[in-house]
Amino acid sequence: MNVPSPTIRVQAHDFDLQAEVDALSGGRTDIGAIVSFVGLCRSEQGKLSALELEHYPGMAEMEMKRIADLAIERFSLMGATAIHRHGRIEPGQNIVLVIAAAPHRQAAFDGANFIMDYLKTSAPFWKKEHATDGTAGAWIEAKGIDDQAKNKWD
Amino acid sequence: MKVNLIYFAWVRERIGKTEEEIELPESVVTVGDLLNHLKGIGEVYEAALEFPDVIRVAINQEHVEHDEAIAGAREIGIFPPMTGG
Repeated sequence: MNVPSPTIRVQAHDFDLQAEVDALSGGRTDIGAIVSFVGLCRSEQGKLSALELEHYPGMAEMEMKRIADLAIERFSLMGATAIHRHGRIEPGQNIVLVIAAAPHRQAAFDGANFIMDYLKTSAPFWKKEHATDGTAGAWIEAKGIDDQAKNKWD
Repeated sequence: MKVNLIYFAWVRERIGKTEEEIELPESVVTVGDLLNHLKGIGEVYEAALEFPDVIRVAINQEHVEHDEAIAGAREIGIFPPMTGG
């Protein structure tokens, strides 16, 4: 069986969840489970006006592909998609999309979860917050809980 | 040796540059040596790299540890812990 190649994109514009699911599953009859995750920008109780997403062009795509390939191998996924936006993103807008396809639900759930946990700690993206009160933006600090989430897969 | 350094997020802001080419003395062998060397070349570098333990480094766009040798590096990325997703 051929090992599937993941769909990886870093883009400023929004993504279409249904179009990406269709692209992964369209015309196939062997997929039994698709899990998708969409990460959105929160308003933080009205304090946040926007996030600014910076990334390392080239490395971001490479690292996302490396992570998706690991998930495909580990959970025998039939396909995977990871799309991360960059630039200015406002509350309510999409930031990231991960889709995992497998014959059965557990591998699809685990695959999507694994990709997100690794993406948060290893893919070169950084978030800066812009506040509604006009104060200077602050870079979001990395959280220990994200490292713990990744380490559970070791 | 000459390397191209590329900075991101608050490391970029504190140093005040997106990237630069820099000539390194022969005594700089590892990533840790490089961070120490940079801390000594100016106040903005000192401010950006004050706590080297939290600084992440990529050689030719792949993550490396601080004990990694930098020989053969074309591009070295220096940045804070990642906060995407």
